[in-house]
This record gives sequence, structure tokens and C-alpha cells, in this order.
Amino acid sequence: MAKLNLLLLAVLVACAIGLVTSQHRARKLFSDLEREIDRARELDIEHGRLQLEASTWGLHPRVEKIAAGTLGMRVPEPRRVRVVQPGKGK
Amino acid sequence: MKQPSPANQGPVRLPVWRARFVMAGLLAAFALLAGRSAYLQAVRTDFLQEKGEARYARVLEIPATRGTIFDRNGEALAVSTPVKSVWAIPADAQLSEAQRRKLAALLGLEMSELKRRLGDPSRDFVYLKRQVPPETAEALDKLQLEGIHHHREFRRYYPGSEVTAHVVGFTGVDDAGQEGVELAFQSTLGGKPGSRRVIKDRLGRVVEDVQSIRPAHDGAELRLSLDSKLQNLAYRALKDAVEQHRAKAGAIVVLDVRTGEVLALANAPSYNPNSRTRLSGAQLRNRVITDMFEPGSTLKPFTVALALESGKATPGTMLATPQGRMTMASYTIRDSHPAAAVSVAQVIQKSSNVGAAKLALALPAETMWDHFRRIGFGAAPELGFPGAAAGRLRHYKTWRPIEQATMAYGHGISVSLLQLARAYTVFATDGELMPITLVKAASVATGERVLSAQTARAVRAMLEQAVQSGGTGPRARVVGWRVAGKTGTAHKLENGGYAADKYLSSFVGFAPVSAPRLVVAVMIDEPASGQYYGGAVAAPVFSQVMQGALRMMGVPHDGPLEPLEIPSEAELREST
Repeated sequence: MAKLNLLLLAVLVACAIGLVTSQHRARKLFSDLEREIDRARELDIEHGRLQLEASTWGLHPRVEKIAAGTLGMRVPEPRRVRVVQPGKGK
Repeated sequence: MKQPSPANQGPVRLPVWRARFVMAGLLAAFALLAGRSAYLQAVRTDFLQEKGEARYARVLEIPATRGTIFDRNGEALAVSTPVKSVWAIPADAQLSEAQRRKLAALLGLEMSELKRRLGDPSRDFVYLKRQVPPETAEALDKLQLEGIHHHREFRRYYPGSEVTAHVVGFTGVDDAGQEGVELAFQSTLGGKPGSRRVIKDRLGRVVEDVQSIRPAHDGAELRLSLDSKLQNLAYRALKDAVEQHRAKAGAIVVLDVRTGEVLALANAPSYNPNSRTRLSGAQLRNRVITDMFEPGSTLKPFTVALALESGKATPGTMLATPQGRMTMASYTIRDSHPAAAVSVAQVIQKSSNVGAAKLALALPAETMWDHFRRIGFGAAPELGFPGAAAGRLRHYKTWRPIEQATMAYGHGISVSLLQLARAYTVFATDGELMPITLVKAASVATGERVLSAQTARAVRAMLEQAVQSGGTGPRARVVGWRVAGKTGTAHKLENGGYAADKYLSSFVGFAPVSAPRLVVAVMIDEPASGQYYGGAVAAPVFSQVMQGALRMMGVPHDGPLEPLEIPSEAELREST
């Protein structure tokens, strides 16, 4: 009888410690998750900011100015343009 | 009697009642404790648990972002980024003079303004500055000022600035749409912030989710039908024309014939949605969608189409126009290119008012009214856009004959530029009126048949003639592609009459004629540089935009590649 009680006590202690560790782990994992969610949000915001930046750099008047000014590009005359349509041979 | 001494009398016998009294007292105390704990455990448990939780549980707001607006090619037109808003509790903010100066410098506020805002200690909350960059807020944290706080907000940025301003619109400081697409699609773009209850530990870290009260919903992305390259081209061309002709305003819209998508829509004057101080109503007005005007001659093709459709005339039918005038009930209709007679085709080519009026008078008023209704006049287009104008088309029972005659060439009827552009899809397709949309369409749209293919083609051929030499719109021509279209030069309505020297110049057309892809409509309000004919003011804008658009879209050439000769001013004349 005493042996059984001792065994049960040991099981009880093991369970209690298990509960505490798993609780602790759950909290740790949860805070990790929380951190990752925060990071995801930060990255999302960063993405928006970069999108904005890309749009600003790629503004058509700016592209046009660089193309015409710095690179000396111009629109070709219509007679020098040939429109090729896929699937229609030459 | 002598008192016995306790030492020599054996054990002292206390009265029984004393022991009982103590016992009862103890029991009563126990009962009291048990009762109290039962009361706390059973009756007040909810309240107490709530109070206990309040020590470590917190309700957190989950922020939601507003959806981004893109153009058809995925270029961002409106993006939300987080900013900080700085606020103060005036009673707590006991700042030294040096601290105040630092704060004012950091926020870019005048010292007097800062003092005024912090001056009233009866207020619990006062904004010092809204929407400052996150870096400013970080610098503010370093100052560690008592009673000065900040929180996160979102600010909307519009990289397209004034070019896309009228379509995209803008949001207010509270992140809700106020104009344009931002307002029209508020319900899908707007995010709904959520909240959740969590447990925080000693260090303020969240350790457990207790419950999610409301999940956050980010706003949905929106992909517009606009092509920002084309939009930029259209806006620049329009702005240049408005400046060159010293006009009051201008508007342009480009439609894709196959899908009914609005590829470009611009107004001048415009505004910068990123800094909206000192905005005037004229800048804010979206003339394409919300303004209506008397279209003038650009309406003639519809009169002609109806005459052909009802079998009253063929393109070759001759109409007598003695000296280019016609008098009806004390009102004289005049032509700018007087001839003894014109063919139906020449009514469009030479923009003959008398010819158009004669065609209209040969038709029953009801038929004409019905025709105008079916091409979308008198009803606001289903765009979901705030303030879309329906135009004005009076019921045919109230028409007098002279009104029916003037309506044939676009007077006494009002439409928006968008309605007019949409109506021209009837000629650009083989007689189908296309539905229009501001959102990118997944596939080709199906139109609603209004005219027979034969009639549509006949009018299309006449519209092509109108831009050849001999017509009123040769400056609309484009090198490499065949175009078709109609000029309009309408007197402006003012104080119930037509102003003699104020005009509305317009041009509506499409290209390439062999398989139309685009409809472009241009309207210039009150050109004041001397030129005012639609063929001289609006047609060149059409040509410039159409040329660029066809090239960008890679549409195959269907016309001669030789440079065009510039026609003389006299040929462009017209009086509506």
C-alpha cells in the first residue's frame, strides 16, 4: 500500500513538473509567435513604403526626362516602326 | 469568610459557561469567515475575477491597413504608411521653456502656437501635430517629456500626384475616403481594426491570448482600369492645351472599346492630393464625370445614325440648305460653310446645323428621345463614382419643334463627357453600346445593341471623312493609323442664354478605323487665345493622345505613314 502511494506521488510530481514546463514552453512559443506577427506587420509596412518609393522613382515624367535628356532617346518616326503580331507570320 | 488561596486548593474549576462562551465565539468567527468566503466565491466571483484579470489582462487594438490602389499594370496609385500623431494632456505637460523650444522645433510648430495649445489645462486631450514621420516620434521619445504622447495612424500617399488626382481622389485625416475612387470604394478599401484581450507579464510582453474580441480586417486591394502611362500622356497633353489656349478648364477621357474600361481620365486644372492646402472648387471638380455641358456638333452623328436606321435617309440623300440657313418661329439656324444643298454624309463632314435639323424634323420626337435614352443620355452611367452626372434630356412630350431641331446638333440637351465618350462606342463597335468600368476588367465586355452594324459602319465612314481635308477635324489625324471623329464648338450657356464669345471646344473620336480599339473624348472650356473651333483646339489634343496611346499599346498600323499636311484655319470653322 505504501509502495503504491509512493509511486502515485512520484507520478503526481512528474505530471506537475510536466505541466509547468509545457505551460512555460507554450508561453515562450506564444511570445515567439507574437514577435513574428509583429515582424510580419513591420515587413508589410516596409513593403508599402518600398512600393511607394518604387512608384515615386518610376514616375513617368521623371522617366521621360531621363530618357530624353540623359540618354538622348526619342520616339521613332512612324515609318520606322513595324508592329509584329504573334501568330500572324511576318 | 476568608478567601481561600489558590495554591492550596487543587485545580481551579472555572464556570462552564465561560468555556462555552469562548467556543461559541470561535464558532461564530468561523461561520462568519465561511459565510464571507462562500459569498465571495459563489456570489461575487465574476466581479472579482474580472478585477483580478484587469491587473494583468489588457485589451489591445489590432490595427488594420487601408487597401492599396493600383493601376492596371500594378503601379501603386495610393498607398497607406504608418505615421505618428503627437498629442498632449495639458495639465500633465509642465514643461520648462527649454523643453518647449525643443518640442516646437521638433514638430515644426511656432512657439506661440504650442503655448496656445498647451495653455488650457481644463482639456484632457489636445493634438499637437498629426501625421508626423515615425522618426520624429522616436526623437520625441528621447526627450522624455511629461504629458506628451503619440499614437499610430495611417497616412495615404499618392505617388501619381496631380496626374491621377481626380480619379483616385483622397482620404481625410481619419483615413476615410472623401473624393473619387477612395470614396466610391470606401467599403472595400477601408480596413476594420480589431481588438483582442491578452495577458501581459511584468515586462509588458504578451504571454497569452485570452480571447479575440474582434479580428482585424485589412482593406482589400483595388486594381483600377487606368493605365498610368496613358494617364500621364493624356494629362500632359490636356494641361498643355489648356495653358496654350488660356482656357478656363479642360477634360479628357480614354476608353477601351473592347472592354469598356476607362484607361485614362484627366482634368485640368488639377491639384496635388498629397498637400491639400488652399484647394479651390474648380480644381476639385471632376469635369469628365460630374459636369454636364451642351455637346454641340459632337451629337450630330447620332442624329444621322437615327435617320439612317429608320430608313428616312441614306448617306447620299441630299438635303436642301438654302444659303445655309433655316428659320423656325423667329429663330434662325445657320451653317458655317453655307451651301445650297448637302448630302447626309456632308452633314457630319462639314458640320451642317441646318442639315442635322432637317433630318431630326423628319423623325417623330418619341423616336429621337428613345434613341438618346438608349445611347445612355439622361441617365448616370453605372460607375459607382460619387456625383456622376445624368445629364439633362427632357421628356419628348415637352419638346417644341425648334427644340427638336436644335437637339439634332447638340443644343438643348446636356451630357457629361464620359456619357459622350461612351455613346461613341456605338460607332466604334458595330452598333453596340459598351458598359464602362473604372475597375480592371477580367475579360471583353458585351455591349447592348443600339444600332444595326450596317448603320454603325456607315456613320463610321462619315466620321472618318470628317477628319480628312474638307472636314472640320483634320488636325485630329494621326500618322500611321486611320482615325474617325467629330468636332464640336458650342456656345456656352450663361444666364439662360448663349454667350456670344464663350465657347466649349470638343472632339470625340476613335481609332484605328479598321478595328477600333480606343475612344478619346476631349473638352476644352472657354479657350481665350483667339482660336476656339473644336477642330483647332480640341482635335490636336486628341491626335497627340491617340498617337501615343496606339503606339504604347502596339496596335498595328492601318494608315499611311507619311507626315500629315496642316490644314488651314478656315476649313475648321463650325458654329456648334
